[in-house]
Amino acid sequence: MDFINHQLFIKDINVHIDPILPKKTAIITHGHADHARFGHDHVIATRQTIDIMKIRYGDKCAKKFTPLRYGQKYSIKNFDFTLYPAGHILGSAQVLIEKNNHRLVITGDYKVGKDETCKNFKLVKCDTLITEATFGLPIFQHPDPKDEIQKLIQSVKINKHNCHIVGAYALGKAQRVMNLLRQHKYNETIYIHGSLEKLCQYYSKEKINIGKFEKVSSKDKNFYEGKIIIAPPSALKDRWSRRFPNPIICMASGWMTVKQRAKQQGIELPLVISDHSDWNELLDTIKKSKAKNILITHGQEDALVYYCKKQNLVSKPLSIQGRSDEEIE
Amino acid sequence: MKKFSSLLHNLILTPSRNTKIKLLQDYFKILDINRAYALAILSDQLSFQFIKASKLRELVYEQVDQHLFDYSYDYVGDLAETISLIWPTKKEGKSQNLSTLIENIKKIKKSEINTEFSKILSELSNNERWTLIKICTGGLRIGVSERLVKTALADLYNKSVNEIEEIWHGLEFPYENLFQWLKNETSKPKIDFKKLFHPMMLANPIDEEKDFKRLNANEFQAEYKWDGIRVQLMVSSKSVSLYSRTGDNISSAFPEIIETTRGDAVIDGELLVGRNFKPSGFNDLQQRLNRKKASKDLQNKFPVFIRAYDILFYKGKDLRKLSLFERRKYLEKFQQENKTNQIDLSFIINFSTWDELTKYKNNFHDDLNEGVMIKLKNSEYLPGRKKGYWYKWKKNPKLVDAILMYAQRGHGKRSSYYSDFTFGVWKESELVPIGKAYSGYTDKELLVLDKFIRNNTINKFGPVREVKKEIILEVAFDDVFPSTRHKSGVAMRFPRIHRIRWDKPVNEVLTISEFKKEFKLS
Repeated sequence: MDFINHQLFIKDINVHIDPILPKKTAIITHGHADHARFGHDHVIATRQTIDIMKIRYGDKCAKKFTPLRYGQKYSIKNFDFTLYPAGHILGSAQVLIEKNNHRLVITGDYKVGKDETCKNFKLVKCDTLITEATFGLPIFQHPDPKDEIQKLIQSVKINKHNCHIVGAYALGKAQRVMNLLRQHKYNETIYIHGSLEKLCQYYSKEKINIGKFEKVSSKDKNFYEGKIIIAPPSALKDRWSRRFPNPIICMASGWMTVKQRAKQQGIELPLVISDHSDWNELLDTIKKSKAKNILITHGQEDALVYYCKKQNLVSKPLSIQGRSDEEIE
Repeated sequence: MKKFSSLLHNLILTPSRNTKIKLLQDYFKILDINRAYALAILSDQLSFQFIKASKLRELVYEQVDQHLFDYSYDYVGDLAETISLIWPTKKEGKSQNLSTLIENIKKIKKSEINTEFSKILSELSNNERWTLIKICTGGLRIGVSERLVKTALADLYNKSVNEIEEIWHGLEFPYENLFQWLKNETSKPKIDFKKLFHPMMLANPIDEEKDFKRLNANEFQAEYKWDGIRVQLMVSSKSVSLYSRTGDNISSAFPEIIETTRGDAVIDGELLVGRNFKPSGFNDLQQRLNRKKASKDLQNKFPVFIRAYDILFYKGKDLRKLSLFERRKYLEKFQQENKTNQIDLSFIINFSTWDELTKYKNNFHDDLNEGVMIKLKNSEYLPGRKKGYWYKWKKNPKLVDAILMYAQRGHGKRSSYYSDFTFGVWKESELVPIGKAYSGYTDKELLVLDKFIRNNTINKFGPVREVKKEIILEVAFDDVFPSTRHKSGVAMRFPRIHRIRWDKPVNEVLTISEFKKEFKLS
């Protein structure tokens, strides 16, 4: 496993996984901006991740693209690469790297729980596991998203004269919230912030059920009474959100587990809906992977490193620069 | 319990005062015994003898690995929330009433507390667990003041909040007389005011620029602001009792006051440590605080006295509607009639212009007072922090530049940020910490510091991060004392971050001996 360094760089063949700066060959796990960047020579990813990169950064955001299906092997010299579903967002993948019978898996961001908006996580057995640890503390035990989305639906029913603005990341979370609403029989049009439009259109095209949606327009203020509006978290504090009638500010995120965090951000209705594994799922994945070597990337790595050591697994944190502790989900 | 815990959950997340009042009223509208418990909890009058923060930690360590708990607590920054989230989820039991639950907990025997209380915690939902632990540890910190609760009740029943305020300290759980009166079923509860703690009159900070232009100096008098603890002394022929500013009876901790005071009055004053009415500083006073009793030895070493500011009752007569000027005459009379070595009077500084007072304030070098109080001569004695009557004017703080050394995540509303800072000065080629501060910075400065810390950590000791020694903080503090408990040999009083000194290189920071010299510690 010493063929890969702490920056997820394989020097022998000059390949990076999710590099922050433009590189020659980049394997991209998924389309979030802290993983997928503009300007690489050669991008290897799932077809959907490549589509998403093109939507966000333009068709020429890399010189060459190689789309891989889940399970399809791709070799560079004596290294074999295979992508497996990570269950994080549409197109998200784990990367299995095989070299001389050593199997190394980089999970990327992943969640084990069910999600209709993407392929479900597949467990891949390996010798070395590089796992994320966004929610690597035992306080994070995500509730059933069904109960969380019901909170929103109930609140919309009770507060007929308010509009509900739901903060959700533009890629993945927004569409998941829309899909969950549809699963639970909310059939009204969902209104979206302009920055979500192209991605929502893409999800629809990919046959993900997010139902009818419409971009927020400068309609009569009262028009939005009783409606659900989805916007990126940054818009919640912006002037943009002030145009709506008596808004109830909601946020769909795993961070909403902690009341103090919700309060700090001025969230009145926190919805604990996460696209990352919670503590128990992280432990379960580590165990089932059968890996003896565990490397832990961005997030709350301390507790997870401590836990692995107690299980007699070789474990250390990997600090990848450019990834922040907790803003990004 | 479900209803009450969702009330607290909604209250903590609602920024709007009106919505909070509405939430409270919706709860209090339900006419059952639970609302009496709710009122007791919201006004911080309910606590369990055996279950405090330390006991809760002990219980949670029985359930989860100590290190994992500590990592989590460091991250969340709130004990109740950490425990409620980390507690292993069992099957929820039958939902219980708030009142039943609390009575059941009260019945638990001390010897069975660990098993019984753990069992209760296991059967609650996350949110209920959070609520129960908040109740146990007291001080809810959900952005709801006692005043707001009273306002909600008053508005609900068309009463004035001041009427509730007046009788508040004479009410007792389960507040039947209060609720009956609110519903107009009975007349206002009769309270024996003389025996009651009276909410104190408090001051607002003065805004030198605005207020001195607006206010007429001739209508005001000034007194020193003493750095002790504010107390209310109630004395009658039958008994003497001493109360803290929050209405806690602290008589047993200060027997020398209780034993020597005579007369019939309610006095407002400052409790100080010192001999012959010469205060000896807050450091000494601290030896007498947070103790239930005081040994003879302690009384001899750190004797206390009261510096009287005001008088509320004299021989059964309510003086609170009189002017401060009139009350002072009664106070002097009381002191003349009942001379002791434990009570003296606050000195009045007379002045005729604000410039005169400013000169006075700038010229006193006595370290034992914190500044001056400026009081309207004809002010009534009004409970709470009413605007326009009493002002406090703090001395300019002392300032020192020190280097940021360590940081830790904060608690409560600062809980996601690295907001607790340890700073130090040079001792030869090393740094020695001189204090710790977690306030004073602006929101913007906090973000800058938080980012610096995340990007410049050179070492981690559990929750504490050691950072590169690059940032200079200008630290403001009220005072500094010699201390044997700290490596540096100094202890600061109320240090806070005044600003970040981007302009100053780290090698220009003082050494510890220079620091001691500058602040006259050596």
